[in-house]
Amino acid sequence: MDDQDEERALTPLHPNHVKLLRVQAALMALPVTVAALVLEIAGLLPTGAIIVPVLLSAAWVILRVPLRRHAARGYDMGSDRLRVVRGLWFHSDTVVPFGRVQHIDLSQRPLERAFGLATLTVHTAGTHNSSVSLPGLAQADAAAMREAIRAHIKRETL
Amino acid sequence: MTGAALAPRRTAPLGVLVGAVSSIRQSVFPAAAGAYGLREAFGNLAFVAAFALLLLVIGGVGSFLKWWRTTYVVGAEDIRLESGVLSRAARSVPYERIQDVSLEQPLLARLLGLAAVKFETGAGGKDELTLAYLPLAEGARLRELVRDRKDDAVPAVAAAAAEPAGQVLFAMSPKRLALFGLFEFSLAAVAVALGAAQQLDFLLPFDVWDWDHWREVLDVPTHRIAELGPLVQAFAALVILLAVSVIGVTTGVVRTIMRDWGFVLERTAKGFRRRRGLFNKSDVVMPAHRVQALQLRTRWLRRRFGWQGLKFVSLAQDQGSGSHAVAPFAQLDEIDPIVRAAGFALPDAATDWHRPARRAFIDRAVLSAAIPLAPAVGLAFSPEPLLAVVPLLAIPLLALRQVFLWHRARHAIDERHVYASHGWLAPRIDVASRVKLQSVEIAQGPLARRGGYATLHLGLAGGTLAFHAVPLAEARRMRDAVLDSIARLDFSQLS
Repeated sequence: MDDQDEERALTPLHPNHVKLLRVQAALMALPVTVAALVLEIAGLLPTGAIIVPVLLSAAWVILRVPLRRHAARGYDMGSDRLRVVRGLWFHSDTVVPFGRVQHIDLSQRPLERAFGLATLTVHTAGTHNSSVSLPGLAQADAAAMREAIRAHIKRETL
Repeated sequence: MTGAALAPRRTAPLGVLVGAVSSIRQSVFPAAAGAYGLREAFGNLAFVAAFALLLLVIGGVGSFLKWWRTTYVVGAEDIRLESGVLSRAARSVPYERIQDVSLEQPLLARLLGLAAVKFETGAGGKDELTLAYLPLAEGARLRELVRDRKDDAVPAVAAAAAEPAGQVLFAMSPKRLALFGLFEFSLAAVAVALGAAQQLDFLLPFDVWDWDHWREVLDVPTHRIAELGPLVQAFAALVILLAVSVIGVTTGVVRTIMRDWGFVLERTAKGFRRRRGLFNKSDVVMPAHRVQALQLRTRWLRRRFGWQGLKFVSLAQDQGSGSHAVAPFAQLDEIDPIVRAAGFALPDAATDWHRPARRAFIDRAVLSAAIPLAPAVGLAFSPEPLLAVVPLLAIPLLALRQVFLWHRARHAIDERHVYASHGWLAPRIDVASRVKLQSVEIAQGPLARRGGYATLHLGLAGGTLAFHAVPLAEARRMRDAVLDSIARLDFSQLS
């Protein structure tokens, strides 16, 4: 990532975020694997012609892809702005100045709660990027960030 | 605020009539369709009359109940509306949140001296508060009240808007309107007219598609037509072409005149005030400081004559479209004072335009070439392989389009504004104020990462603004510049 050199280093997300992504990927891969298993048992094609490639790609999706997705994400909490970077293929790098934050959401879905993670979402008045969410933060960090941003919102801009 | 004003009030009773008529008008087409479908079963007048009566009663009772169950309170800090016949809904909108107040007068309401008062909050169409209908004077009083409340809350604004009151910035004469209408030639109307003629020809006393009939009407001697042969066909084509253009032009002119009759844009102490409309009159006030960005739009033909249209982007909605048209059809020297009154500037000769990355347009041309390639491959394996050449002819055209797009696209940034200009046949120019932007995003797809360019999305309240195919380093520079001007701004100045 030579193009990142000139900027401040990004804070990586919590390590548990990889586990969360893996569980999500496993849940996605499960129906496909079951379907492949059924087709395999039905014996339409030579043994292993279906289940082997499906299992291999499932392993890649569960083990490798979450690592790369995790590495592509990050954030930088500046003194007056929040920068959120995400996306493996479709890369996006968003900066929201605290002064333009309308309101802040802190959410925990069941899986996130299991890993002690939380998602911080900041809402702006813009039509594009009306809400920018940052998943994979430790619950305590996310709460601290919310307080920090809230302290900066002296007054609404609209 | 007196005690009486805090009591829940109902809207104007006469509004029941307007509501009933509009609900009947809405149901008349489905009802007519239903009656037409059932005409075999109950083919008599009594049935039709009973059906019409039922419609009237349903419309009238519904409208009355709605009016009876709707009350509003103009409070000290907010406007509250309680409504709903069976399920009740209460909505409260604080004065602080109201973006602007517009008065709308459909034809019937106008005859009765009523207006629909819309309090726009920027939350999007459904979530705004509408009081339909109030006497016009009451609507105007509410509007003044809201503005006064807001100005109390935001004293900084009054100083910024201290200019001569009620100065007319732009108006359109009937002559200008007619010219505008000519450029609004509508092919869609032509299609609708042709479609309707085909669908409803059983209603007409003659067959539209019967050439013999038209020949009789036009009284052309039959034997001469037989002699003329191909000439007649050419003549027929010409007649159709002429009829189509007449329909298209007429629709354009009529629609334009109905929408923009008496168009006046004024600069008042509290903002911009725009009045327009022939039957549906509308009167909108936009506070100057709420204008987030400008859109300068034109089309390729009107551009040859120097005609442009100007729109204000804000969180408020304008009769279904996102931005307020403030000068729909004007020359640049008329637009310039409006732009300056709003605190913006148009790009001029001194503007330091930057070109986008050429690589992005080459990538897109290559990608778009894939579209005709698919049918071409399909045709190559068909019984007529030579036909495969036909879709391929589109490739140079698609590439040429990208050349045009690249040629037109440019962007600029100066101390106070960002400018974007893009478009294929005619340039579309956007101007946004740097301090009013909400967020900055640099987005890159797989191709963009290889090519070292990016799309710069700027968060704009009430609209979108994006600079496509900006070289990455430049996108970063622009982002930092914009963020700096946002961060430097003290909030009390914005409001």
